[in-house]
Parts: sequence; C-alpha cells; structure tokens
Amino acid sequence: MSSSYLIKNGRIIDPKNSRDEVADLAIKDGRLVNAEDGISGSVVEIDAAGCWVVPGLIDMHVHLREPGEEYKEDILSGCRAAAAGGFTGVACMPNTRPVNDNRSVTALILELAAGAPARVHPVAAISKASKGESLAEFGDLREAGAVAVSDDGLPVRDSRLMRRALEYAADFGLAVISHSEEPSLAHGSMNEGAVSTRLGLQGIPTVAESIMVYREIALAEYTGKPVHIAHVSTAMSTGLIRLAKERGVPVTAETTPHYFTLTEEAVEGYATNAKMNPPLRSEEDRQEILRGLADGTFDAIATDHAPHSILEKEVEFDAAANGIIGLETSLPLSLALVREGVIDEKRLIELMSLNPATILGLEAGTLSEGAPADITIIDPNSEFHYTEDKVVSKSKNSPFLGWKFQGRAVLTMMGGRITHNLFN
Amino acid sequence: MTTGYFFPHRHILGIDQLSVDDIRHILSTAESFKEISSRPIKKVPTLRGNTIINLFFEPSTRTRLSFEVAAKRMSADTFSISASTSSATKGETLIDTARNISAMNPDTIIIRHSFSGAPHMLTRYVDASIINAGDGTHEHPSQGLLDMMTVQEHKGRLDGLKIAIIGDILHSRVAHSDILGFTKMGSEVFAYGPSTLMPRALDRLGARVCTSLSEAVADADVVMTLRIQKERQNDPLLPSFREYARRFGVTRDVVALARDDALVMHPGPINRGIELMPDVADSGRSVILDQVTNGVAVRMALLYLVMGNAPVTG
Repeated sequence: MSSSYLIKNGRIIDPKNSRDEVADLAIKDGRLVNAEDGISGSVVEIDAAGCWVVPGLIDMHVHLREPGEEYKEDILSGCRAAAAGGFTGVACMPNTRPVNDNRSVTALILELAAGAPARVHPVAAISKASKGESLAEFGDLREAGAVAVSDDGLPVRDSRLMRRALEYAADFGLAVISHSEEPSLAHGSMNEGAVSTRLGLQGIPTVAESIMVYREIALAEYTGKPVHIAHVSTAMSTGLIRLAKERGVPVTAETTPHYFTLTEEAVEGYATNAKMNPPLRSEEDRQEILRGLADGTFDAIATDHAPHSILEKEVEFDAAANGIIGLETSLPLSLALVREGVIDEKRLIELMSLNPATILGLEAGTLSEGAPADITIIDPNSEFHYTEDKVVSKSKNSPFLGWKFQGRAVLTMMGGRITHNLFN
Repeated sequence: MTTGYFFPHRHILGIDQLSVDDIRHILSTAESFKEISSRPIKKVPTLRGNTIINLFFEPSTRTRLSFEVAAKRMSADTFSISASTSSATKGETLIDTARNISAMNPDTIIIRHSFSGAPHMLTRYVDASIINAGDGTHEHPSQGLLDMMTVQEHKGRLDGLKIAIIGDILHSRVAHSDILGFTKMGSEVFAYGPSTLMPRALDRLGARVCTSLSEAVADADVVMTLRIQKERQNDPLLPSFREYARRFGVTRDVVALARDDALVMHPGPINRGIELMPDVADSGRSVILDQVTNGVAVRMALLYLVMGNAPVTG
C-alpha cells in the first residue's frame, strides 16, 4: 500500500514536456497525478524548496556482478548504491558468470531485482557467452525482459557478426551497445602518451577505440539500424560521432563522469583506482568530450559502474582489474558541469534521464501525468565529503574517494516508493 | 658536498625522485667507497648488523650479484630470493610475500619485478627501505647512477655533454633512468632507434628524438647502446635481427661519427653482433666493464644512504 505524496515548491525540470518551473508534484498509487486536482486521503508532504525535482535518473551502463561475483556487488547492493546516487533505473551489463546470453539468466536477474530499490534493466549478450562467434537468441531475451544487447567488456571482433547483430536486434526493438575497441591495438594498462612513457606502463592508443567507433558508424549507416557507442573516451571518437550524426546516421553515444573529469595524470603513483578500460585519456581528449556533452554529440552520461574488491585492486598496476564504481559520484560530478556552465540543467536531465530512457525504450525519463512516479530530488548546493565509510556499494574502488562535492540527490523515489531520503 | 646537505630518501624508486644535489651526493659517496673494492681485504664494517633482502622476480645476474657484493663489502647480512624459489609460484601475492619478509625485520629490500610500479606499491606495505633494482619498463635507478658515475670519471663532468642512446628505448628502463639522470645533470640526450621501439612523447622525458643514427651519434661524447630484448618479439616490432644489425647496429663506422674521445657504453647483457658489434664492444673506447665496477660502488652508496647517514668509516 503506497502513500500519496505532494512534493512542494521544487523547481520541476522535465525536458520531455519542456517544463522548468517552480510547482508542486503529486503522486498517487505509484504514479504521477495532476497536483491541481488534489489528492485525497493521507498525503505525505515533501518540501523541496531550493531543490530540483526531476525525472528519476537512469544509468544505462552498470555492472551489478550478480550472478557470479557477488563478493564485488550484488543486485541489491548495486541498486542501493543507485538509489543513493539518485538513480531509479540501471541497465546492467551481461558479463556476469554465467554470461546473460539466454532467457533464464535474464529472468534470474529480474527475479533477484524484484523489490530492489531501483529498476533493473538487463542488457543481454550479443553473442553466445560473449565469445563473438554466434548471435544470442534476441527474441527470447527481449521476451524475458532484456532492453538491449552488448558484449560489453569485450569488443565484437567479427564485423559480419556485428552487422548481423544490428540487423537482427532491430527486429526485436533491442538497442545494440558497442564496446568499441580494436583488440589488436589494445594491449596495455593505461592511455598511451607522455604519462605511460614516464611510468613505464604499456599504453593503449586512442585509435584502438576510434577505429572501432568508425566501424560501428559505418555499419549503422550502411544497414540503417541504430547503434549506441558505450563509454566514449577520446577526442577522435567524439568527432567521428558528431560527423555521423550530422549525416543522419542512427548513432547514439554515452560518455562517463571519469572521462569528463579526470585525465591520465590520475594514474600517477600507479593508482589502480584510476585504471579502467577504455583508459583515462589526455586533457585534449577531456576537453573534446566536454564539447561533445555541450553540443549534443553525446546523448547520455553513464557510469560504467564496475565494482572490484581489494583482491583485484590492491595489486600491481599491471595485474589490477579494469574499472571503477560510479553510481554515487555520477550526479555530483555532472552537477559540476552545470555549475561551470558546460551544460545547463535541462541538458543534464536529458543526459541522465530522458535520453537513456529513450535509447533503451523505457517508460521513464519524464514527469508526465500518468507516468510511474520515478523522481529524483536534487539539492544542487548540498555539500558532502565522499569517504570510504560512506560508500554504499559493496566495493570501494573509486578514484574520487576523499573528494568534496557540491550537489547530490537528497531524495529518490521509484514507483512512488522512497528509496533514498536525506530530508529526515 | 655542501654543508648542511641531508640525503632525504628512505627509498630509491627512480631517478625521477632525485634532485641534482641528491645525484651529486650519491656519486661522491660512491667515489669514496670505490677504493674499498681495490683493497686486499675488501670489507668495511659500516652496515654490520643490517639485514638486506634481494627479492628478484625476474632473472638477473649482474644487478643481483652487484647488490650482493656491495652489501657484503659493507658487512651487511644478505639473503636472496628469486622468483623460482619464492612463494610467487604457489600463488602468493607480492604484497603478502613482502609483508612476510617484512615481519622478519629486514632493513632494506631490493626488488626487481616485471611490473612497473611494483616497488612503489611495496613502500605502502612494508617498513623496510625499498631499492628498485628494475621495475618493468619504468626505471632502473642504480644503473642510471652507475652510468653517470662512469661518464663523470672519464669526462670529469656531467654537464654540457652529448649522450647518444641507441636502440630499444620503448622497453628499456635503463634508457628511462639515463634520460632523466643525464638531463637533470645538464647533458643533452639524443635518442634514436626504429620507430617501433620509440615510446610516444619521449621528448617529454627530456630526450631529443632523432630521425637518423648519424644525427644521434654525430659529435657525441657518449654512445650508449641498448639491448634488443629478444623475448619481446611476439609484437611485430622488427622484421629480423639481421636487418636490425645492419640498419641500427652500432658499428665502428657509427662510432667514428662521434667525438674522438667518445665513450662506448652498454648496460649489458650484450647481444654481440646485433645492437653492438664485437670489435666496438671490445675497443679501447668501451667502458662497459668500468660500468660494472662502478655498479658495486654506486650500490654500496645507495645501501649506505638509505640505511641512515652514519659517518663514512674506512
């Protein structure tokens, strides 16, 4: 039995409905209702004065590690981290053990996610076991609840298989998410450049990504089927996607807070929490990614939330696993872009809610009347110190530990249920 | 040495961390220790009671022996562990291995590891001083120092010299330490090798990147040749050693382009006939064996300096 809520005096930012105004928002039976009509019965009032009230944030790229690596994260702990970061929905990548390449794994994930404090949208594998050899059963996967397909963590080496995946996935309305990396060029543990030379670490050149980004663009242009480029890290990839969009190619793209915030310099001292794939790049790459966020080249900010325990991270840099957690720092880092004037509030919400919902075909990303009450209340001024003891995720592998942030989610509501609340 | 100077380092991880004063101090300390090795009784009591552990995860003959000789001449107790005999083969992590060794209270751990940054990581987990004896493709600071000592002995200075470094710079921790060291001391380093073996943005380390062997070697005071690492050949870096020897090998004709009094150096082990021709390696210009002799003196100095600044006794 869910309560009725009235969120009062907040600044409602809802790009889908071109709304940006101070108003009230009413929730009844888990859905948004007209605030003017009034809601009867017991109503919980939430005073959101000074805050932004936005459609629930969606992270279209996370790793929840369940099934198989529950010591790093599980669906429940990952969803708790999501709620704490202001997210009402996450799309989880299929590189679990076993790989989510068949309907039973998809169904298991959704079963485990029932009752979790965020909506879990499974991304299934493109190829069986993500081996890049033959297509997974997209029809079954869609029916079981998958919203997209990806071999994330690994590139699809075989261009013919990728072409067939784009064609066949479109038949079932599944988005195809490309982990774009040319594997023969990607031997290394950080970006190739001055810092890798200084640290004596083998570098991954930017072109390892860009070459594959261009292949995906070419396939999307040729087949007319959409493709989504995951975790873009380089200036060259950003430029390729921008030009493709100008030509009308059905390509969308995401980048991550770490690529627009950090550079390869963060690896200094062999910091394994700055090791991820694709790697942190140069300042020139970072600047171009900021331009891409501002001019619409990027459709989404996603975290690539990749929990690893100290077993994978407190080791030699070359031996350390790739990836960092991101759900609890994504919004604060993105809010910094608004404060610095890189993007405005409307664009922030497009990047973090509306566009991911659209790309994945979710009934989300808006505050329209009748829509599920997935709402995030953001206090853009709330300051906090991000320390290890505050991390909600099971794993603590963040390069942002010790950072002081301004702005965060103070309340998250999913389907009319409060999943995170700092008002109390 | 200027009065009031205090050697500030507990660990020797790379030339990168050393100031010009630090390098001068290490080299002058090494000079004062060098004489010990020519005595009939080659031993001083300076480090008596100190425990030094050689932790070598990569094969090494010269560097490991050199550190052991250095430690024993200073009367320290030394113990050596190599990868094949260590628990690494049983799956123990480097951190656990180091913590276990640390529990036996060594004063200094000398480590060689195939991963860049492994010695840096150890400093966070053990109390002992750490000396980097070569980490991955990052640095080999004692080699850089012994190279500087050798050049200084023969040239009387380290500033204003032209140092040519030829060969596989990409995989050479020696090259990295030498570039950083000689540049800090006021020399200019000219680097040359096939483009496949030149790291990106090498100029940012301070080297001049050359486009021909003659540009690198012309009027050089030092011609330093690096080892071609045969074990790296799974990456298509070179078509053949035969072609490497013909196009990039240091021959008598190449050395003739350098100054008449130029030194020929090589960190060893030499692939004779590939990167360095035997007649050059054995010529009067070669100071390759001086490098080895000075290696002991430099390592005595490093052990002495990291284990506290007791007065030099002799």
